[in-house]
Amino acid sequence: MDYSQFLVMSQELGLIAVFLLVFLFDTFAPRKALSATAPVVCVLFALFTVVNLLLPCCCCGSCTVEPQSAFGGMYVTNQALFTIKNILNVGVLVVLIQSIKWVNGPDQIMRRGEFYELLLVTLFGMYLMMSSRHFLTFIIGLESASLPLAAMVAFEKKKYESHEAAIKYLLTALFSSAILLMGVSFVYALSGSLYFADIAASSLETCPLLVVALVFVLAGVGFKLSLVPFHLWTADVYQGAPTSVTSYLSVISKGATAIAAFIIFALAFGEFYSEVWHWMLYAIIILTITIGNLFAIRQKNMKRFLAFSSISQAGYIMLGLIACSPAGLTAMMYYILVYIFSNLAAFGVIQAIENNTGKLSMDDYNGLYKTNPMLSVTMMLAMFSLAGIPPFAGFFSKFFIFRAAVEPGTTALYVLVLIALINTIVSLYYYLLVVKAMFIKPDEPVIARFRSALSERIGMWICVAGIVILGLASCFYSDIAAAVESGFNSLL
Amino acid sequence: MDLSLSSHLILLLPLAMFLILGLTGMKMSHRLAGVLGTLGMGVTLLLAYAVAATYFFSGSSDFVDAAGLRLQYSVFDYTWLEFTDSLVIKLGFFLDPISAMMLVVITTVSFMVHLYSLGYMKGEVGFQRYYAFLSLFTFSMLGLVVATNIFQMYIFWELVGVSSYLLIGFFYTKPSAVSASKKAFIVTRFADLGFLVGILILSFYTRTFDFLTLTNSPEAVMASTGGATFMGASVLTWALVLIFMGGMGKSAMMPLHIWLPDAMEGPTPVSALIHAATMVVAGVFLVARMFPVYLQSSSALMVITVVGAATAFYAAVVACTQIDIKRVLAFSTISQIAFMMTALGVALPTIHEGMGYMASMFHLFTHAMFKALLFLGAGAIIHAVHSNNYTEMGGLRKYMPITHITFLIGCLAIAGIPPFSGFFSKDEMLTAMMNNHPFWGYWMTMVAGLTAFYMFRLYYRIFWWEENKHYAEHRPHEAPLTMTIPLIFLALVSVVAGFIPFGEYVTWNREPYEIHLDWSVAVTSIVTAVVAITIATAFYRKKNDLPDRLTRRFQWLWTAANRRFYFDELYMFITHSIIFRRVCQPIAWFDRHIIDGTMNMFASVTNRASSAIKGLQSGSVQSYVVVYLLGSLAIAAVVCVCLI
Repeated sequence: MDYSQFLVMSQELGLIAVFLLVFLFDTFAPRKALSATAPVVCVLFALFTVVNLLLPCCCCGSCTVEPQSAFGGMYVTNQALFTIKNILNVGVLVVLIQSIKWVNGPDQIMRRGEFYELLLVTLFGMYLMMSSRHFLTFIIGLESASLPLAAMVAFEKKKYESHEAAIKYLLTALFSSAILLMGVSFVYALSGSLYFADIAASSLETCPLLVVALVFVLAGVGFKLSLVPFHLWTADVYQGAPTSVTSYLSVISKGATAIAAFIIFALAFGEFYSEVWHWMLYAIIILTITIGNLFAIRQKNMKRFLAFSSISQAGYIMLGLIACSPAGLTAMMYYILVYIFSNLAAFGVIQAIENNTGKLSMDDYNGLYKTNPMLSVTMMLAMFSLAGIPPFAGFFSKFFIFRAAVEPGTTALYVLVLIALINTIVSLYYYLLVVKAMFIKPDEPVIARFRSALSERIGMWICVAGIVILGLASCFYSDIAAAVESGFNSLL
Repeated sequence: MDLSLSSHLILLLPLAMFLILGLTGMKMSHRLAGVLGTLGMGVTLLLAYAVAATYFFSGSSDFVDAAGLRLQYSVFDYTWLEFTDSLVIKLGFFLDPISAMMLVVITTVSFMVHLYSLGYMKGEVGFQRYYAFLSLFTFSMLGLVVATNIFQMYIFWELVGVSSYLLIGFFYTKPSAVSASKKAFIVTRFADLGFLVGILILSFYTRTFDFLTLTNSPEAVMASTGGATFMGASVLTWALVLIFMGGMGKSAMMPLHIWLPDAMEGPTPVSALIHAATMVVAGVFLVARMFPVYLQSSSALMVITVVGAATAFYAAVVACTQIDIKRVLAFSTISQIAFMMTALGVALPTIHEGMGYMASMFHLFTHAMFKALLFLGAGAIIHAVHSNNYTEMGGLRKYMPITHITFLIGCLAIAGIPPFSGFFSKDEMLTAMMNNHPFWGYWMTMVAGLTAFYMFRLYYRIFWWEENKHYAEHRPHEAPLTMTIPLIFLALVSVVAGFIPFGEYVTWNREPYEIHLDWSVAVTSIVTAVVAITIATAFYRKKNDLPDRLTRRFQWLWTAANRRFYFDELYMFITHSIIFRRVCQPIAWFDRHIIDGTMNMFASVTNRASSAIKGLQSGSVQSYVVVYLLGSLAIAAVVCVCLI
């Protein structure tokens, strides 16, 4: 075996290096130094992120990553994948920064190393999911991105909800894995291969078995994306899990799975079977956006509220897949980038308030502006961006994804985007409910003024900067578009 | 200093001042905020002078070619939004003769106004806010003149409108100021609608916003429309006339002029800066910027000429009957800007090498200086007697000597008496008009005569006539130094600016051109002006009943002119009786019952659906898995039935 092909996996290797360093630090560092675990992890990961951002420019001279593959084509890398991994890295970095205060809390303090180790392992799994071109590696990636998450959800040992959430997550995850494996085995039975390229080349007849196989594969990824009707675990798990884990689940895990789903459906089932899954996805997107919105309207718990909001956001992200074009992938990546900043800003505020006062209900936010104006403004920006109000980033991400979705020009797609547009109006209502609570509603027992920790503030500042800058500067979108353009042919 | 750096700073400094003063101003003392704003503007002024001097005098091959032709040069041009290959919105800094000239004009007047306001606005509530808005205005105006493309210009055009709105309504506790600011905003926004539609039509055919592309190949612009016509006129003409409509709004051309007289509710220095020297000439600047394209459509140029000539005459007549000194100046501004518009309209390159263009820009420059001087002088007078009406004034020359002399210089300049600057620029304009068609020449000479008459009527009523009795109780005093220094400076500029060889710097095709006076035109206009001034002297130098008798004799004419020929009443009639009652009320009904009803229906359906499905989320993991499985099987079944 040619071991040099491991070098193709430079990003994964870097991540493993970070993981090992954290592991060694956690195991061998003197007891006193352990209080520095969280900052050390953040610094290490920040270094990893920065190196990854600069690496192609410094090493190769040109700023693009050459498409390369390893292990008989089971693993590939190219500029588009490199970019999406960088985007996710930025999000993970923010999650890590935001989690510092919670991790150093009394219940977690003895196990903080574990938290980071689990998190880095899941990130490795997500990398693998996106880079695999073979169902076997894909499933290995999916599982290593899934199972440790159950442990992370259960991380608050003393909280009953945390355990309940973990059990629910684990059971549903196992169930969906079984369904996914079944779907994949049907695909194998029909085509005789697990390579995406072979499946695409085998041009099968449309038969019931194929339809069931496609539905099961879609259900398997739909579980992680919390698409309707595979979404029912979402609200309970998001509510019960520690807030840092919830934010990780809602942006990073979702973003990585969305890209992986795009790759599977565009690559393996792209040319010949698209009419089959196109309509499934069509129905699922409408259901997801609408039902996510309808449930979000009634939520009073902020984490549950954001759970349903993230369900409908996943529906919007899937609009990029239905286009199944370079523009669709670009819009999807851009959407994920913006969604990372917007959602993490919201979770940052929720976490700051939870850490300082323990309050999580929307009614507790009444009159927040009077006592904590900066937090309120951050939350407002996050809500505006999630709702898609210009000039904030969320407007442009929605704009680009809608444009990508209507590009093929069929009437059905116009109808789909119209439904999505109507749903944005509905979503505006519940996002503005939060703003109304903070700015307009009278304050009975208002949350007292407090100063959030430095780490929380840094996290929120990064997100706010992201929301504002991405709204004003277009260069990010064109950079992503260029990356996708250069990587798309090797992708497909 | 590096050109790129200084041009960035020219835009960023005023913006930074706006942000600093706007965000932290309330924590500063008045004095600190004022001094900070003025210093910031001073630095911007020096940078703008340096950039303009580099452009005109350095002789670098970027700016002038071997034959002496001045070149257009983009110092920077960032891509802001890139939607498609042709739909790109850029933000940049464009240098050519007119933008370099405008940099000088804007920063000079703005700096003078900043300095002057230190004295004039002393002690006003919201002093810091005032300086913040001044900086915002200067930033927007500078961004407008250096725009590299028509869309950037539109963005800053609107920003200029916003800052004008904010400054007119500066005394927001005064109902008249609030309604004036609203009026200004709504009227100019209405005009900008035309501007936007014009931009869209033009760019739809040409696939570009870029000024460089548009103005360097106007024939290609013409060709790109492919001879398409709409209602008997070519689409190019439509686009240009609609774009000109935006200019009509900002530059207060008839019939969209109604906002400018009311805008005088703002603080007087603001009137000097925005409503006399800079913003209101944006329309002229716009036409000048697009001039090569306008040359492609003689009908569009004709529209400009006719609108300009009609407005100039109308405003001059109205100015003869106003009592409020700021309104006299406002109508005079309208009339003078219309002069510039007409000069652009008649500037065909075949006639006298397109000198109308040069003359128009020349007059823009000199007018900015002397009109700012007149407004600032009026501000000093209002500051002294606490009234806007000249009936409360008279005989002020003894009390305010500096203001008196500088104001007189301003009046002589605008009346076109040599050797003051207005004479030279107006003479060039009249020559251009005379060469186009004698009708325009004589018509505008008449307007120039009226100008001399009403300006000297104003001058005599303020400084001569008869002393007001109130002076005994409340003795008027000369303005403080911060206010007189700008007056003296602007007066000096107004005296000497006429001797600038303007044709060397600004011409329509950017080739240098030597100005020579056309003595037949010059003598006619001088004689007209002198006669007009003599009549004004006879009427108003000492108190007498001649003006009153004349007024009574031509009562109907005087009343009509004094009521500005009922334009406001006409607008009121159209908006209230026709638009509000016949159009808006049905729409409001439709909105309230149909649109809101639909929305309420959506809301209630959404709410009901939301409560109907809440049972799905039971909290039991078994049911979740059942839904999961049944859901996927249902989808599979539906797809199988449909496809196979």
